[in-house]
Amino acid sequence: MNATLLITIGVTLISSAVALSLRNLIHSVLLLVITWIGICAFYLIFNAEFIAFTQLLVYVGAISMVALFAVLLTRVAPSTNQRNKQSVTRFIYALITGLSLFSLMAFAVLHTDSPKEKVEALPATVYSIGKELTEEYAPALMITGSLLTLAILGSVLLAAHSPQSKENS
Amino acid sequence: MNDQTLNLCLLFSSALFCIGLITTLSRSSTILILLGIELMLNSANINFIVFERTQPDVSTSHGTLFVLFTIAIAASEAAVGLALLIALFKHQRSVVIDEASQLKG
Amino acid sequence: MSMLPILQTQDPYLERLPLLLREAFTHYLPEPWHTLSNQLISIVVILSVFGLLFAILTLAERKILGHVQNRPGPNRTGFFGMLQPFADGIKMLTKEDIVPVAADHVLHLLAPVSLLAASILTFAVIPYGKNLVALDINTAALYFFAVGSATELSVFMAGWSSNNKYSLLAAMRALAQLISYELPLIISWIPVVMVASTLSLTRIVSLQSGYSFGVLPHWYVFTPWGFVAFALFMVSALAESNRSPFDLPEAESELIAGHLTEYSGFKYALFFMAEYFGMTALSGMAVSLFLGGWNAPSPYLTFIPSYLWFAVKLLSLLAGFMWIRATFPRLRIDQLTRFAWKFLVPLSLINLVTTAFWILSQNWGHLYFIPRLIITLILIVVPYILLSKKLGRGYAVRTYSYAPQ
Repeated sequence: MNATLLITIGVTLISSAVALSLRNLIHSVLLLVITWIGICAFYLIFNAEFIAFTQLLVYVGAISMVALFAVLLTRVAPSTNQRNKQSVTRFIYALITGLSLFSLMAFAVLHTDSPKEKVEALPATVYSIGKELTEEYAPALMITGSLLTLAILGSVLLAAHSPQSKENS
Repeated sequence: MNDQTLNLCLLFSSALFCIGLITTLSRSSTILILLGIELMLNSANINFIVFERTQPDVSTSHGTLFVLFTIAIAASEAAVGLALLIALFKHQRSVVIDEASQLKG
Repeated sequence: MSMLPILQTQDPYLERLPLLLREAFTHYLPEPWHTLSNQLISIVVILSVFGLLFAILTLAERKILGHVQNRPGPNRTGFFGMLQPFADGIKMLTKEDIVPVAADHVLHLLAPVSLLAASILTFAVIPYGKNLVALDINTAALYFFAVGSATELSVFMAGWSSNNKYSLLAAMRALAQLISYELPLIISWIPVVMVASTLSLTRIVSLQSGYSFGVLPHWYVFTPWGFVAFALFMVSALAESNRSPFDLPEAESELIAGHLTEYSGFKYALFFMAEYFGMTALSGMAVSLFLGGWNAPSPYLTFIPSYLWFAVKLLSLLAGFMWIRATFPRLRIDQLTRFAWKFLVPLSLINLVTTAFWILSQNWGHLYFIPRLIITLILIVVPYILLSKKLGRGYAVRTYSYAPQ
């Protein structure tokens, strides 16, 4: 329970809470980037270096770009972005749902006994991860590769289909 | 790595999950809904890593591998989701999800 | 861990000099502060060395470009223009910092700062000499490219926060260039990881330290797949650091100044410092991954300390960057992206297959070296020729015209 862990957790939670309550979408995405960097720092505290840098590369380097481009390509005039009674009601219901789920999970976490023996964590070297990926989980790796290729092709097709050709047909 | 730290980290991932859930349920802009889903996937990853680094299997690193696959799948889901968003925008000229209700009723 | 070459006491004195100097400074502090002060001194040294290198590089670039174009370059300030970088620095510091009223002030300030922070963070893992690496982690190469991909966000922030539609358009074009070339950049060094079976840069450099027949070093650039990977890496590094011929984002005739239109004074200088730092860091990675890092090219030259060899290789790569700038015309955005996606990505993927063949055929025996070499060269050269012919179809034949004698 050291200061680094507490600061990382605090920064991540505060930036995600603020990010998801702002009106300005670009500020939301940039604060969410700070959340992802905070999660990367959290992984580093636990010595999971490979996952931490993968998270940085994928989320901060790629998904943030996709989200920012999507925000830029779908901009509307800001007058339509107003708070009204329906959205406040919806927010209250969502808050009740979220808080009840959180209390349920907190109860489960705090009232479960941890196992008696403490095993020391093995250093997770990249070599061991790679060995497992290519030996035992090779089919999963190849399926994930195909999935990513299909997802990229699908999203290019979806986003590039222009409405003019629909009107003509 | 004592009990208190473990509980704190698990509460952190639960809190992050609930923040993502509240976003997905309450915001009307589709982009933020998709980003809330990303945050929920991230919190599940945190849970896996916390458990793996405190109570690991002695021979394999299942937690790390699961997290790797989750990150890959979350990335592809974000790409497809945001492409759908752009296609929806071309149709209805706004990203408010309430307006995508033509099939309702 | 014991397979890394650690400094022995019988290593030459010049080799151990930086570490001995650092010891002399931290010797005076009490025992618990030693690690922290060691790290702080390494950070200060890296920042000051590369800051000074940045200043000298701006001058060197202008002189080299000038002499290639048959003019002297800056030669008025000091001997041979030596004081020019300091004059430029004073000019940048004293210029008025103009920020548009409708701009997002926080993001406008944060963009160059985060760009510079990400560029400097990438210097931490490069091995500058035997035992001269600031951060020796076993995912060093992944760290470098993960932190380097955070520079793209700063480009976007710069373009968006200026509240200028031309800046935004130019930022999106710059982002398209950066993400297109990130793919061949990363795929091109994966063959090195395949051969070395590690992501740790210190280990990759120490694996390149043998000599065959007493003459040829074991650098990865001297293998067929390594040569192709090095060429792909250098081309992608040119594009990733926005250097000519890929300098569309910052060219003066393109949308005013691209995403930097609304920046003036010190923030503009920070952007250029970040570009030079990115160029230097990528060259440092190329030296470590392909050119053998701090290893000497011949076993008879090992009396020269390892950090000097690193400096020589780094400076020659940087001079190559400037030579290319002086020679090639700029590419358009559609030519850029076509080149990345239709040429570099397929070639880098084919290089992966070639390296896999090279590794799997290692136990064929020494007699089969020539057939392996021939098969590898065919696997590389044939797709290159086919792709370049297919992409070059429909364009006019290149003609050269020279100045009359």
